[in-house]
Amino acid sequence: MNLKPLFEPRTLAVIGISSANERHPANVIFEKNNHRYPVEVFGVNPKGGKLHDEPLYERLVDIPKKIDLAVIAARADFVPDILTECIRAGVKSAAIISGGFAEGGRQDLQDRMVAVAREAKFPFLGPNCLGLFVPFRVDTFFLPIERMIKPAPGNVAFISQSGGILVDQMIKFTQQGVGMSKAVSIGNKALIREIDLLKYLLSDPVTKVIAFYVEGFAEGEGREFVLAADCSPKPVILMKSGKSAAGHRAVSSHTASLAGDYASFAAAIAQHNIVEAANEQELVSFCEVLSSYTKPIDGRIGIITGSGGHGAMAVDAAAVAGLSVPEFADDLKASLQNGLNPSIRSIASMGNPVDLTGSALDDDFVACARTLAASPEVDCIIVLLLPYLPGVTLDIGVRLSQVQKQFKKPIIAYVPHVEKYNMMIDGFELNGTPVSPSIEGAVLMAKGLMRKKPC
Amino acid sequence: MLKKDISDLLKKSKKWGWVLEPDAQRIFSLSGFQTPMFDVATGPEEALRIVRKIGYPVVAKIVSPAVVHKSDVKGVVVGVRDDETLLAALARFQQIDGFVGMLIAEMVKGLELIIGAKNDLQFGPMILVGMGGVGVEIYKDVSLRMAPLKPRDADNMLDELTAKKLLTGYRGSEPVNLAALKKTLVNFSKLMMDLQNVVESVDLNPVMCNPKSCLVVDSRIMLK
Repeated sequence: MNLKPLFEPRTLAVIGISSANERHPANVIFEKNNHRYPVEVFGVNPKGGKLHDEPLYERLVDIPKKIDLAVIAARADFVPDILTECIRAGVKSAAIISGGFAEGGRQDLQDRMVAVAREAKFPFLGPNCLGLFVPFRVDTFFLPIERMIKPAPGNVAFISQSGGILVDQMIKFTQQGVGMSKAVSIGNKALIREIDLLKYLLSDPVTKVIAFYVEGFAEGEGREFVLAADCSPKPVILMKSGKSAAGHRAVSSHTASLAGDYASFAAAIAQHNIVEAANEQELVSFCEVLSSYTKPIDGRIGIITGSGGHGAMAVDAAAVAGLSVPEFADDLKASLQNGLNPSIRSIASMGNPVDLTGSALDDDFVACARTLAASPEVDCIIVLLLPYLPGVTLDIGVRLSQVQKQFKKPIIAYVPHVEKYNMMIDGFELNGTPVSPSIEGAVLMAKGLMRKKPC
Repeated sequence: MLKKDISDLLKKSKKWGWVLEPDAQRIFSLSGFQTPMFDVATGPEEALRIVRKIGYPVVAKIVSPAVVHKSDVKGVVVGVRDDETLLAALARFQQIDGFVGMLIAEMVKGLELIIGAKNDLQFGPMILVGMGGVGVEIYKDVSLRMAPLKPRDADNMLDELTAKKLLTGYRGSEPVNLAALKKTLVNFSKLMMDLQNVVESVDLNPVMCNPKSCLVVDSRIMLK
C-alpha cells in the first residue's frame, strides 16, 4: 500500500455531497478544502447539479483529473460499491467518513470493503473516522472551518482511534504551542491500522514524534506494533484507554491473574522503547518535549527558580515522576554563587533547587543555567520562571535557548500561559525550548525524556 | 521444534485442560531446567520404595486432575521425615477428589520465586518473575516482559522487584545465583515461544533459588 497520495494529495474527490443539507459532512469537507488548500477539489453526487457555483460530478470517472484521495461520506450500504468504483476509476486512496459498519453491527459491509481494497492494494482510512488533517495540504474533518482549532505546523504526528480525542488533543496542542505534522483519525481501522501509519511516519521527513491514542490491538497485533517501534529513532508515544476493563474469564494461574491485559500492555510497550502517556497532560507534555529533544536522559534534574515554593512543588513532582533532584557538590554550589550579581549573592540559595529569589535578573538565570549545563551532576534543567518578577525580561527565552543549544543539555521552562506573557513564551518555544503552563507539566516533560535508549 | 516426549505429554494432558504436576515437571526437566528428584506413588509400598531412593526429608503432594490449587485442599505436606507421616499423607490424599497418585519429591532450600508465562491476546507470550509462594497475589511484587527475553530484559526485570535486595543477600541471608536465575528466565521465555500455540499460562511456583542454582519445584501448565 502506498500511503503517499493519502497524505500528500494534489486532487481530492468528495463523494456524497448533498444538495439539500448544507451541514452534511461531505459539504463541509468540500467547502473547507475548496480554494483554501493547495489541493484541487471535485464534488461528486449521483444526481449531478451544482454546489453554489461549483459543478458536481455524477460519476468519479467523469472527473477530468486523476484523483489522489477520495473522501467518502455516503450511506454505509453504498460504500462498498463506491470503493469498487474508486478502484476502477484509478483513485489512489480514500478516507471513509461514513459510520454504520462493524460498530453498528454491519461487519459484513466492512469485510467486503477490506477484501476489495486488499486485493487492489488500495489504502483507505476508517470507516467511521474523521480522516486526516495535514497542515497546508488537506483537511477531511467534517468540522466547520470556523470551529476547528488547528495547531501550528510542526513535527508531531498524532494517530487516534477516536476522532473526538484527536480533535480535543489538537486544541490542547494549540494551547500549549505543540506543532503538528499530521493528525489522523483511523476509526474502525478496518484496513489501515496503527502499524501501517507507524511505518509510514517513520520515514516521513516532516514528522519527528509519533503519538498514538489506542483503545486496543487485535490478536497478535500488539506484538507486531511494539517490535516495529522498538528501534525507532523517532520517539513513539502512546496513550491507552480501557485500562480498567477487568478480565471476565476466571483465571486459574497466578501469572494470568497478575499479568492482566493492561499490565501486559504497559510492560510490552515500555520494553520496546514506547513512552506511555498516562493521561492527556502527559501526552501533550511528552509530545512537546520530545519534539525538541530526542536524546534520552537518566533523569538527574537541576531546578532553577525565582520562588522557593515553586522549587518545593517541583521537587515533590519530580519524586512522583521518578526523577532525582541531586544535592550539588560544594564546588558546583560555589560556581553557581560566583556567577550571580552581587545584590542577590547573599540571599539566593544554592541548593537544588537553586532559589534565585524575586530579586533575580535575567543574567542570574542565564549564569546558573550555563553552570548547570556545563556540569555532569545534572542531565536536564528545569527553569521555573515567574514573568512578573521585575528583573526578568522578555529576552529570557531566547537567552536560555542559546544555553540549551550550546551545551546540548535540555532546558525546560515553566511560564504561566496567559496572553500577557505570550511574547516571553514565544521567546522560548520559537527558539526550540519547551515551555509548560504548569510546574507539574514541566516535570512531566523531563520524565518524558527518560525513555529507554533506542537500540 | 518440540521434543517428541514433550508433545506426547502435552497431548495426553489435553483432556484435562492442564498438565498434571508430574508431567509438567517432566516437561521442564526434558527442556533442560533443574527440578528436584521426584516420583509418583499410588500405594504404600511404592511410596516407601520411592522415599528410600530419594531419602528424607521429602515433600508429598496430591496428584489429581480435579485439583489445580493443591494448597486449597491441603494437598501438600512439606518436611516429611518418617514413614508414618508419609503413609498418613497418602491415606488422606487418597480420599481427595480425583486422586491418581502422590508425588514425592526431594526437599530443596532457597528463596521462593515465581516465574510465569501468560499467552496474551495482543502481545503473545508474556513472562513474569517475582516473589513466589502462596502470597504472590497478595504482595504482587512482580515484573513483566514480552517473550522472548534478551539477557538485558532479565536484568531489568530483577532490578524492578522491590525484593531485589533479597536476591543479592540481605542482612546475613545468602545471595542467590543470579546468573542461574537469569538463564532460567531467558530459557523459560524461549520455551514459552515454542509452546505458544498450546499453552495458555504457566506458573513455576515456587522456583527455589539458592547460592548454587535455581530449581523448578512446582509447575502448573494451563492449556489453551
